[in-house]
Amino acid sequence: MERAGIQIEDVHLSFGDTQVLKGVNLDIKPGEFFAFLGPSGSGKSTLLRAIAGFGPTPQGRIRIGERDVLGLDPWKRNVGMVFQSYALWPHMSVRDNVGFGLKEKKMPTAQIRPKVDAALDLVGLQHLADRMPNQLSGGQQQRIALARTIVVEPEVLLLDEPLSNLDASLRVQMRRELLRLQRQLGLTTIFVTHDQEEANTTSDRMAVLDGGVIQQVGSPQALYDAPANLFVAKFLGTANILEGRVEVDGPEARFVTKTGDELSLPQGSKADGSNIVLRPQNIEIHREAGQNALPGTVLHKEFLGSQIRYLIEAGGTEIVVDQSHSVGLDWYEVGANVHLRANTSNAVVL
Amino acid sequence: MSQQTTTPAAVRAGLADRLPVWLVPRVSGLHVAALLIALMLVGLLLVPVAQVMIVAFQDPATGAATLQNFVDFFRTSLFRESFWNSFYVSAMSVVVATAIALPLAYITTRFHFSGSILIQSLGFIPLIMPPFVGAVAMQLIFGRNGTVNLLLKDNFGISIPFMDGLNGVILVQSIHYFPFILINLSASLRNIDRSMEEAAQNLGSHGMRLFRRIVFPLAMPGYIAGAALVFIKVFDDLGTPLLLNVNNMLAPQAFLRISSIGISDPMGYVISVILVVFSILSLWASFLFMRGKDYATVQKGGGGMARRTLKPGEKVLAYGVVIFILLVVLSPHLGLLLLSFGTIWSFAPLPDGYTLANYVTMWENSKTFIMNTVLYAGIAATLDVIIGTAIAYIVIRTRIFGRKGLDYLATAALAVPGVVLGIGYLRTFHSIDVPLLDKPLASWWVIIALALMIRRLPYALRACTAALQQVSLALEEAAESLGATKRRTIQKVVIPLMTGGILAGFVTSFATAAVELSATIMLVSSNNDAPLAYGIYLFMQTPSGRGAGAALGIVAVIVVAIGTIASQIIIERDKKLKSSGDVH
Repeated sequence: MERAGIQIEDVHLSFGDTQVLKGVNLDIKPGEFFAFLGPSGSGKSTLLRAIAGFGPTPQGRIRIGERDVLGLDPWKRNVGMVFQSYALWPHMSVRDNVGFGLKEKKMPTAQIRPKVDAALDLVGLQHLADRMPNQLSGGQQQRIALARTIVVEPEVLLLDEPLSNLDASLRVQMRRELLRLQRQLGLTTIFVTHDQEEANTTSDRMAVLDGGVIQQVGSPQALYDAPANLFVAKFLGTANILEGRVEVDGPEARFVTKTGDELSLPQGSKADGSNIVLRPQNIEIHREAGQNALPGTVLHKEFLGSQIRYLIEAGGTEIVVDQSHSVGLDWYEVGANVHLRANTSNAVVL
Repeated sequence: MSQQTTTPAAVRAGLADRLPVWLVPRVSGLHVAALLIALMLVGLLLVPVAQVMIVAFQDPATGAATLQNFVDFFRTSLFRESFWNSFYVSAMSVVVATAIALPLAYITTRFHFSGSILIQSLGFIPLIMPPFVGAVAMQLIFGRNGTVNLLLKDNFGISIPFMDGLNGVILVQSIHYFPFILINLSASLRNIDRSMEEAAQNLGSHGMRLFRRIVFPLAMPGYIAGAALVFIKVFDDLGTPLLLNVNNMLAPQAFLRISSIGISDPMGYVISVILVVFSILSLWASFLFMRGKDYATVQKGGGGMARRTLKPGEKVLAYGVVIFILLVVLSPHLGLLLLSFGTIWSFAPLPDGYTLANYVTMWENSKTFIMNTVLYAGIAATLDVIIGTAIAYIVIRTRIFGRKGLDYLATAALAVPGVVLGIGYLRTFHSIDVPLLDKPLASWWVIIALALMIRRLPYALRACTAALQQVSLALEEAAESLGATKRRTIQKVVIPLMTGGILAGFVTSFATAAVELSATIMLVSSNNDAPLAYGIYLFMQTPSGRGAGAALGIVAVIVVAIGTIASQIIIERDKKLKSSGDVH
């Protein structure tokens, strides 16, 4: 199978008066597993559908491999799409569903059969070839939909929230299987999801979208560690955001909160910025005051099993702190006065 | 409730619970109601229909079991012809109705087409007029000397036999019944999720191939359901062929045999058996076809099929087709309106002059008809919703033995043609005298109301069942946990919450019972007892009465139209109330 990259240049799209995509630029490399991550209404599905050729034709340029596909009919694009609802045709058997695309390509029946069998084998469901779709479980339908798409050997594979209709345990299993399949086929894949865990665990790189604009592109880890803006910081994991200002004093830099407390920043930190992002696991709680510590009051505590999550009022806001739990560990009671020591060596100033 | 009264009751219940069921049957008011309804359904539906079946297989002289009646039936050329004609007319009506409904359904569901809602609503209009009412008006427009043929003759020197013989029945029936196909087909087209189509496009399919391989098969169940309904309705209909004077069909033959030869003539019963068998066969065939084919594929977040914008040329064509079809479809109404306001209308494209005289004549001569109609339809609809509510409650909320049977029996009335029920009533009740009145039950007016009640019960039952399904069981349990007895709960919680649905059921039953002809025509024993539909039939028998008949027809159309709109409004308002009231 030929590997194709996808270039998206300055893509704009509106539904009536509502602008859904506002100048999207992306360069997806051949063979990459790429995720579009964003809340509902962020334009991620619209962008995916635009690549497949569904919905109104956007402005800008979309290239798949060497071809400019903008304005091309969906059936001429050779793009494989797996729908959120799977969209298996209920009046056709599994075999007919999977064989549909090959038949449309006018492939002789004798050649279709082994190809369908191979595709079903790839998803481990060859024994269900003669069932009807409504006799299958959600997970099985999902695999058939996948088989139906990859059997036509598309240049790229588009997955629109493929796991959202499955239950939690199946979702984890399916996403591993998807990744295995993608690696095996080396197929350039775009995966649309609103679930950061899905995006984190599967994708090589991802794009976080909000309000029709790409907020940041990068590997899951890069985006978590160095969010480009507050939206990305808050959307990926839990983020504590302290407001204040950066003060630079020679080589020393420190962040001064609204309440006047000071946190030292590593050398070479950004000099401008009015927010600092602290992850809950990078903060320690102490009874005594100390260097680089914010005084605060415990508002709430939750036992989560492996962790205890505290909500603490400090620095003019409410801060979430996770402490790993171990037997015999002292708990801070609600109302207790504590001091938060932040590890600011990897704090992000925005 | 005080402690003293609850304790003994609890003890009693405990004791009864410990004893075996056969010794202490748990009888409640609901059991009694179920039993009464069962008896009523057996007496007014099962026995009369069974009677018809039995007589068809009996030697009229000896009463011995025989197939001779069927042999006689198929040996008579008139009956063979009638059988074939009924079949041909029904099949052709399905074809013509499809030709009317398919473009309307396709255009309004697949394209951005302004006026889609208007077209869909206009598509319902034929249903609010009993077909036989429009039949005479159609003669005047499409008949040999009707508007269209006169114009064709004058301008092109040709004439087309739209209304001659069976053609007339086919045209009238398909114009009347095509909405069944339109409604079902549109619904299934709308229920196809857009991703079904997109998945096919994604795999390289488009255009007619996509329609043939994906869209049409997915819409098939809806189409079959509508087509089967049209087939049965046309096969069973008595009024239209009778009014068009086409007697060589099954239902008119049954009516004529019974009304001219008498209720001992076996042919009417043989025809009844054939009508029932065909009704059941076509329902069964459509059921078989649809089993396991629940293709409603719209997913949450999905939006039905993608609509395409028409190119200017296509738009002109589409509007042309839609306007032409709507003109044809609404022609009976226009014709009826013209006829009711016209002075003399014959051998002319339009009436000679316009007058209100027909309405005056109609009002003077039909007060009894109208009063009777209100009385019969009122009794029928009231009983329908009472029984419908009771059956719905028993089926959904209780575990009374045989509750499903009650539901099936009441619904089975759908498969019994009006003519058959009429003949069954005549046969069963002619020998039973009404006390104090000294005449047979079969010729007492009450039997007409009861026949209407049975005929409309399935509709009312559906409405009541739907209404009850929307009342959450938790609401009842809440009342019971606060100390209300079953009876009080039903009175104070269930019935008030079902009011909207019950009312809608009442209005539908009333409006459709008001224009029913096929069962009533068999049971009306004197003009004084006749309802509106029968009045129209009488008026239309003479050319001079046609104007007044048309005026009465307009009254009928208005009654049904108001009823339909009212029930829609009630359902909509009820839906709003419920959705704002409770959160599920």
